[in-house]
Parts: sequence; C-alpha cells; structure tokens
Amino acid sequence: MSVATSAVATKPLRKRFNAGALPWIGPAIAVIVLMVLYPAYTMIKTSFMNIDETGTSHGFTGLSNYRTLFHNPNLVPVLERTLIWTVSVVFFTVIISLPVAQVLHAKFPGRRLVRYALIVPWAASVVMTSTSWLWILNGYYGVLNRIMLSLGLIKDQVQFLGSPTQSFAWLILVAVFVSVPFTTYVILAGLTTVGEDIMEASTVDGASGWQRYKHITFPLLRPALLISMVINLINVFNSFPIIWVMTTGGPGYSTDTTTTLAYKITFRSADIGQSASMATINFAIILVFIALFLKVSRWKEND
Amino acid sequence: MSNALVSTKKRFTGRKVSLMISGWTIGLIFLAPYIEMLITSVKSKAEILAIPTTYAPQHWTWSNYVTIWKQLPLAQYLRTSIVVSLSATLLVLLIAVPAAYYVGRNKFRGRTAFLFLVLVTQMFSPTSLIIGIFREVIRFHLVDTWLALILIYAAFNLAFSIWILSSFFASIPIEIEEAAWIDGASRIQALRRVILPVALPGLITAFIFTFISAWNEFVIALTIESSPTHQPITVGLESLIGQYQVQWQYLFAGSLIAIVPVVILFALIEKWLVSGLTAGSVK
Repeated sequence: MSVATSAVATKPLRKRFNAGALPWIGPAIAVIVLMVLYPAYTMIKTSFMNIDETGTSHGFTGLSNYRTLFHNPNLVPVLERTLIWTVSVVFFTVIISLPVAQVLHAKFPGRRLVRYALIVPWAASVVMTSTSWLWILNGYYGVLNRIMLSLGLIKDQVQFLGSPTQSFAWLILVAVFVSVPFTTYVILAGLTTVGEDIMEASTVDGASGWQRYKHITFPLLRPALLISMVINLINVFNSFPIIWVMTTGGPGYSTDTTTTLAYKITFRSADIGQSASMATINFAIILVFIALFLKVSRWKEND
Repeated sequence: MSNALVSTKKRFTGRKVSLMISGWTIGLIFLAPYIEMLITSVKSKAEILAIPTTYAPQHWTWSNYVTIWKQLPLAQYLRTSIVVSLSATLLVLLIAVPAAYYVGRNKFRGRTAFLFLVLVTQMFSPTSLIIGIFREVIRFHLVDTWLALILIYAAFNLAFSIWILSSFFASIPIEIEEAAWIDGASRIQALRRVILPVALPGLITAFIFTFISAWNEFVIALTIESSPTHQPITVGLESLIGQYQVQWQYLFAGSLIAIVPVVILFALIEKWLVSGLTAGSVK
C-alpha cells in the first residue's frame, strides 16, 4: 500500500524537480571546480612547464620536468618507502582498531571517559600530536628514555630517532596512533548495526565468542571496514605533518615519502616544475592504490 | 541451579573486570602524549633540560600559560582559527545539505558523474595540490586573506560531508517526507522542518569533521598566511620552534590552549558521532 502511494506521489514531483538538479548540486560543483579541479589542472599544467625560482614561467618544456624527476636518485627509494608507509599504517590501524572497537562497544564502568580519551588524538592537531611524540622520544630529555631506564630495559640513553630505520618505525607508530580513533569510531558505528538480537540468537545456538565474531560480526562489519580503509588509504598516503615535524624526511631523504619529497622539491630546491610532476605522479599513484584496493576487496560484488 | 547462576555471575564480573582493565589501558595510551604535554607545559625551563627527565614537575609553573599568552598574540591567532573554521564549516553545510539531499533522494542524469567528481576530490589533499593552490591564490590576489583559507577548507571537506549526509537522507523513509508534502509543505519546507531534524546526527558529524579539519590544518595556512593577524593558532605556535632551540614548555602550553576547546566540542557530540557515522558505514 505504502509503496503504491509513494510511487504515485513521487512521480509528478520527480518530474517537476528533475530539470532542476542544478540549483541543488550547482554550488557544490562550482566550489569543487574552482578550488580543487582548477588547482589540480594548474598543477598538471605546471608539471609540463619551465618555471624558475621566482615563479616566472618560461613556457612549455614537454616531459623535461619528469625526466629530471626520474633521474633524481631519491625517487625510487622514496617510492618504495611510500608503499611500505601506506600499507603498514593502514594495516596496523585496522588490526588495532578492531579489538579496540570491540572493547568500547561492550559496557564497563568508565566507558564514556575512555571514549572521550580516544577522541583526543582525533580532535587534536596532528602537528601538535607529532610534536609531543618528538619530545617523548627525545634522546636526552625524553620521558620514554626515563621510563625504559627505570624499567631496566636500556642501560644508557637511546636516540630513538637516530637511525633511518628506527625513525621510520616510530613514524609509522605515530601515524597508526592518530588513525586508530577515527577507524575505531567507524567500526563502532558498524557494530551498532549488528544488533543485539542476532548476537543473542547465536549465543543461544551455542556459538563461542570467537566463532560469533568470525562468522557473524566480522562479515557484517565489511562495509564499515571498507570505508574506513579507503579513507585511511588516502589520508595516510597524503599525510605530511607527522614526517615533517618528527624527521623532516631526514636524515637526508631517508624517511621521506612522495608527499614530503614533493614539498621539499618545491620549497627547498624551488624547482616548481619538478615538484609539480612529483605531485602529479602522487595523484596517479593514489588512483592506482584505490582502484587496486577496490578490486581486491571486490567492491562491486558488494553493491 | 543456584550454582549455575553463581558461576555465570562470576564469569560475568570477570569479563567486566578484564574489559575495564583493557578499556582503561586503551584510554591511558591514547591520552599519554597529551598528559606529557600538560606535564611539560608546567615545568620550569631548568627542569625541562634535566637529565634524566622528571616524571612530574617539581615546581608547577602555571605561570608558563600567562607568559605565553603575553609573549604571543594568542587571542588573535585563536580569533583567526575560530572565524576561518566556523565560516568554512557553515559554507560546507550550506552547500552540502542541498546537494546531499538531492543526490540521496533522486535518480537524475549526471548523478553518477557528480558522485564521481565528489569521490575524486576526496582523493586530493590540499598539501598534495599546494603548488596549484598557491598559484591560484596569487592569481586571484587572495594571498594572506582569510577568504582563501575558508574557500580551500570548505572545498576539501565537501566530499566527506556530501557522502555522509546523502547516505543519511537516503536512509530516511520517503513516507515521512510525503506526509509533510500532503500537509501542503513545499519540498524545501519539508527538508527544513521534517528531514533536517531527523538527519541531525549526520549534520552534527559533518559539522564536527569539517570544523576539526579546518581548525587543525597547517601546511596551507603556513604557505598562504604571512601576517600574524591572519595566521591561525597552528601556524602561530610555529614561531616557538627555533632553529636551535625549542621552547617546549611554551609550545605545549599554547598547543593545549588550542586543543582543549576542540576536544570539549568533540566530547559534547560524542554520543551523536556513532549514529552519525552509522548511515555512512552501512551504505
């Protein structure tokens, strides 16, 4: 009955408003074109142009900026590192967020306060959070050194950000730290849709906790996981402040990702053309990343 | 029978205790860097450079907060942060609500193209487009203005808001709206009086996401805003990071002044957050 009425009532209205999609979506299109697509177009165009340090253009140079970039000895290691960075941060974020969400979904005294605590890294500026970590990890005055000395885990002060490999591991840890809260909340939202009655029914059926999680909860969380992973993938790949604050991609270029490398080429080498080509390649990479991810997770099948 | 009851109860409380322990540990871990910020912000300069460092301050130097407030134009920075973030957020809602409503409710020609456009914007970050943005800002004489930041922040947060709101609008049964139409309400009236109140969690979520991302943005503001009167607090605090020496106590006091208001704002809407994200995570 209600379906029939709705069909009757909707039809003339749909028709009437159909011609007028533009007033509704027009402003959004305008802002996107002006503030996102236009800069993107400018950037891609710039990647084919010869621009000097003062920002003056000397016309098109074809692929010369890309050629310079491909001859940059730092490019390949940085690309490899970017892959490790993105994949490991997203992976560990999800692996940690799943149990955290499970705990915060259950009822226990003080849950509200713990949830408040979890939103702090989400609400706080990543620049400031990274600065705090930098201070905690300080090789002379940092509190982590003190804690580890007190526990007898180390005998002398340790320079946690001393070697490139160690620094990079800490950068990944901090990136996971700031990504977990958002991811946990998306999973929490997914958990609320699982529904108490399904869980109760399966408990009555004698399913163990783990079985229930594996066969009922986890499959139902798929949409939430997929969305949080895509968003994390984009954010982590584009992430700039953590690396910039903690190591500025150094020593040398040893902890750079493509995002910080592009920034370095812009503002240190003042090579605008080469930097634009790096940024253009970045965008191509993120497109490939997402296409691959959606293919692997068989997004279409789910639709 | 009573034995069985007791053992269930025991297991139950045991579960509760382990939940409590893991829950509180999680909370503590995620608060740790901010607790350390607070501790450092009330240490004296001499104590900060003590080796090994002290866990708690020996002298609680709360005057650091007064000093930083006098040393830097913090009120000015905060004003910029508030004006820019609020304007960007309102602009996003003003633009995203009608678009999301239309997309969530209608099938029309160009719908897929529009959604694709939105998805593509989500993939860009302002940092990755910095060269393009900077050249555009120069071209339109928007260097060192609030307007540039407002427009940029609004544009880059539009996608998420449209996505979350359109799933919300799509999840509201059309019958609710039709009842209003039958009562003689126009479509816009129905949207305002019937749909928006139901979509409130989605609206709040979109609001808070945009506000926080605008409040915390750093790289674009650093690049575009050169005069202190136009710099938000994230950039303003940068001046405390010298080339050779960082004034940690002041840096962290200033950081906490910037962090606390957003955390309170966020905490106030926490209970809406899960339901706000639910529509988006199911769709």
